[in-house]
Amino acid sequence: MSRACCSLPLLVVVLLSLSACGQPPWNNPYPESQSGENILYGAFTERPKHLDPVRSYSSNEYAFIAQVYEPPLQYHFLKRPYELVPLTAVALPEVRYLDANGSPLPKDADPSQIAISEYLIEITPGIRYQPHPAFAKDEAGAYRYHQLDAKTVGRINTLDDLPETGTRELIAEDYVYQIKRLATPWLHSPIAGLMGDHILGFKELTERIEAAAPAPVEGERLFFDLRQVAFEGAEVVDRYRYRIRLEGRYPQFAYWLAMPFFAPMPWEAEALYGQLGMKQNNLTLDWYPVGTGPFMLSENNPNLRMVLTRNPNFHGEQYPADGMPEDQAAGLLADAGKPLPFLDAAIYSLEQESIPYWNKFLQGFYDSSGISSDAFDQAVQFDAAGEAGLTDDMREKGIELVTAVQTSIWYMGFNMLDPLLGGDSERSRLLRQALSIAVDFGEYVSIFANGRGVEGQGPIPPGIFGHREGEAGINPYVFDWRDGRAVRKPLQEAKALLAEAGYPNGRDPETGRPLTLYYEAMDAGPDGKARLNWMRKQFAKLGIELVVRATDYNRFQEKMREGTGQVFMWGWNADYPDPENFFFLLYGPNQKVEGGENAANYQNAEFDTLFEQMKNMDDGPERQAVIDRMTEILRHDAPWSFGFFPQSFSLHHQWLKNVSPNLMANNTLKYRRLEPSIREQLRERWNPPVLWPIGALVVILVVGAIPALVVARRRERSRAR
Amino acid sequence: MSAYILRRLLYALPILVGVNLITFLLFFVVNSPDDMARMQLGDKRVTQEAIDTWKGEHGYDKPLLYNAEVGGLPSLTDTIFFEKSLKLFAFNFGQSDSGRDIGYDIRQRMWPSLAIAIPTLLVGLAISISYALMIVFFRATYIDFGSVVLLVAMMSISGLFYIIGGQFLIGKLFHLVPISGYDHGLEALKFLILPVVVGVVAGIGSSTRLYRTFFLEEINRDYVRTARAKGLRERAVLFRHVLRNALIPILTGVVAVLPLLFMGALIIESFFGVPGLGSYTIDAINRQDFSIVRAMVFLGSVLYIIGLIMTDISYTLVDPRVRLS
Repeated sequence: MSRACCSLPLLVVVLLSLSACGQPPWNNPYPESQSGENILYGAFTERPKHLDPVRSYSSNEYAFIAQVYEPPLQYHFLKRPYELVPLTAVALPEVRYLDANGSPLPKDADPSQIAISEYLIEITPGIRYQPHPAFAKDEAGAYRYHQLDAKTVGRINTLDDLPETGTRELIAEDYVYQIKRLATPWLHSPIAGLMGDHILGFKELTERIEAAAPAPVEGERLFFDLRQVAFEGAEVVDRYRYRIRLEGRYPQFAYWLAMPFFAPMPWEAEALYGQLGMKQNNLTLDWYPVGTGPFMLSENNPNLRMVLTRNPNFHGEQYPADGMPEDQAAGLLADAGKPLPFLDAAIYSLEQESIPYWNKFLQGFYDSSGISSDAFDQAVQFDAAGEAGLTDDMREKGIELVTAVQTSIWYMGFNMLDPLLGGDSERSRLLRQALSIAVDFGEYVSIFANGRGVEGQGPIPPGIFGHREGEAGINPYVFDWRDGRAVRKPLQEAKALLAEAGYPNGRDPETGRPLTLYYEAMDAGPDGKARLNWMRKQFAKLGIELVVRATDYNRFQEKMREGTGQVFMWGWNADYPDPENFFFLLYGPNQKVEGGENAANYQNAEFDTLFEQMKNMDDGPERQAVIDRMTEILRHDAPWSFGFFPQSFSLHHQWLKNVSPNLMANNTLKYRRLEPSIREQLRERWNPPVLWPIGALVVILVVGAIPALVVARRRERSRAR
Repeated sequence: MSAYILRRLLYALPILVGVNLITFLLFFVVNSPDDMARMQLGDKRVTQEAIDTWKGEHGYDKPLLYNAEVGGLPSLTDTIFFEKSLKLFAFNFGQSDSGRDIGYDIRQRMWPSLAIAIPTLLVGLAISISYALMIVFFRATYIDFGSVVLLVAMMSISGLFYIIGGQFLIGKLFHLVPISGYDHGLEALKFLILPVVVGVVAGIGSSTRLYRTFFLEEINRDYVRTARAKGLRERAVLFRHVLRNALIPILTGVVAVLPLLFMGALIIESFFGVPGLGSYTIDAINRQDFSIVRAMVFLGSVLYIIGLIMTDISYTLVDPRVRLS
């Protein structure tokens, strides 16, 4: 019997091993039917809130809708600095300036003369929408699903319940329709306020729509055809051309034309989703996008996965033939001229926790991944020169690292309305400058971001016009240029500035006690404790006592809106690659207490005048000179300590091609190419099922059971005592 | 018995109102309607006008609990609390603050929760009862002592450790099952193994110790001594007599948790990427979606009350001496 007991686990192991031979990995989370398919596998960590291009405004949402919707313009995939190129447009918009009388002005007209800017956009004929039930028609040519009765609507739970689909050609009217949607009050577009300041008649359009639209029925807004509402700000010229009119000059508007806000929306989609009961059954544009892009969202289950599949009606686009000089060597131009997209599908799974996400990437089940702090040391190492590289383990797996400085900034702000730290006095300015020296963001990046960041010398990140590199680009109030690099000034200089400001050794001469400052923190959780302790120590270097007022993000925002904070740290992610999108964060009329984004509530008359001038200028030496002066004003006044520009580190496997960091473009999925056969081979090699633990477990249970059985039998046979 | 059940259901009403009120107060101590609007509308470029419109559309433009602007009864009914709470008692959960039908989402998401919870409960019960019986069989031996030490150690370890350890060993090192994920139909099986194993192992310590206590209480009773005196083997005594009697508290305890299986496991679902009701609740809290939080707390309370009533009923079924009155 004991022999049988011993051979049983061995038999189990042998049988399991045999059954495992030649099989796909047991831990493969995807169905076997997908083996070898040209499918990209990725993950998302947070459910996208909005997929309607009128509302969507965050990167995790753009990761999906930018593959589906096509605005007229896009960013060149490879060229730097970022360059706008046509997407559905035939060419970049033709801009015409008019004076107050409607007379044309020359291109170089004084901005104060320009009353109206006209953008004429021509789209490419022949572009067709993805197959969608909104376009389905019956034999008589009537829309199949636009007049559904309540009973039928009640039975529809997903779009798959409407089996017939159709398509139609993209026309200029669809773009105009979407611009009208931006003004529609119940759609809550986040840029409605901004566009109201620029697009001619936008605010009036909002009022007209509000007045003309029928009241909601049972809490639902029924279809209201925006084509019937006249709008001078955006008009159809003919089938393929439309015109947008702006008040004054706003050159940054071209960048907005590359964002999904200005993607086309067919009225048929609103007619379908705008039927009574559709919203109640979760059938909305926020859930089921309709576009002309290379992919369509064929499964939207953000609690589990989102699937993008190739749009069979895609108009076709070719991989760019030109890029930066280094792109050729990097193999990024190997696919030049080939038709896009390369992928058949992309499957994104929900991974809320970083550990499983990282481990599945290492097993080959995700094609790319970011690097969490927990896994950073496992993946990345820095050489003596401070350059980031992969560890040996990663290199052996053929994993590749891509880094890029993001077009965003984390800064430490001083509330300029505060009587102690703010204002235009020399005392407060010196105090702010001293603090800017003392708070060492190089150390912060090293400790809390694993070195993934570049210390800020001004508000403009690298890669955006106006940013200066090298000695010419350093902040001379905080850094010195030594041995070819920027070195933070010694603490003694900060102490000297502090003494000059009237606080020798950080003490308030009136009370003789250490100066006390208040820091508004938004990370009240345990994770933020180390960061807040670090911040206290930075201020303590000057003898200043920092009182941390940690709270949640809601309360933090409230304090910022009320202007009651003193010192705080906040960030900004660029909408578009223009210095205006960073300087406006310090523009006086844009103060936070007035409802703007200037959280420091900074105001400087010269800076504001230069901002007005700079925002209307074309890139060139003149604009650079204005930007240099604006930067100098900010460095001198120090409403911000310029913190750091975060650096993104991402990893991808060797079978994923054409990975180039483009922090402005969101529609880069169409450029990705896969080699699925390599992926299959490596997955099998990396994931052989390890079966001995099962055998060992069986052995332990059997061996452990034998003495127990013996004792039990002996006990049962023993006489009662 | 029906009078008893009716009375218990009536008792439940004030409890549910109280739970709803506490949820409401706790939520709005931390979040204001403006915060909720900002969460839905986004952080960038949101105007106060847009926030006010959103609040108006979603019914958050009224006073929270008391409307001083109107007199009489409307001062209590024309409030966010009243308007948001009343429909709950008809089990009309309405729409989430992001516009989704909560009832539909609950119906969709309860199946993955049950797919994990039911096997975890059944397998866990089978293992814990068997192990507890074995310990009792070998009571006052080194097996008993060693097992109790092991069980106390297992109880002391955090559930999170079992999850991460299970993912590391079974998914990452041994490559036996996917580390996380979920799918529908039969494809779901390979995703269920790891969370079920982790759930069972994490629960063995406490449940086996509890069952061991139940069995030990029974084993010194007179009927057991009588069974032994008539010459029954120890196995027969344990399985035929002790187990049957000790099952009463075990089963009634299980009946109490049965309705709550619908609610899912908060941490396990989140770590294993299972789209169940546990992760639904966690996500709603993170997104400050009061409508979902309120609905889930209400549903949880109702199920808990149902569980307690079922427990009382089950007592009468397994022990004829118990009468409900």
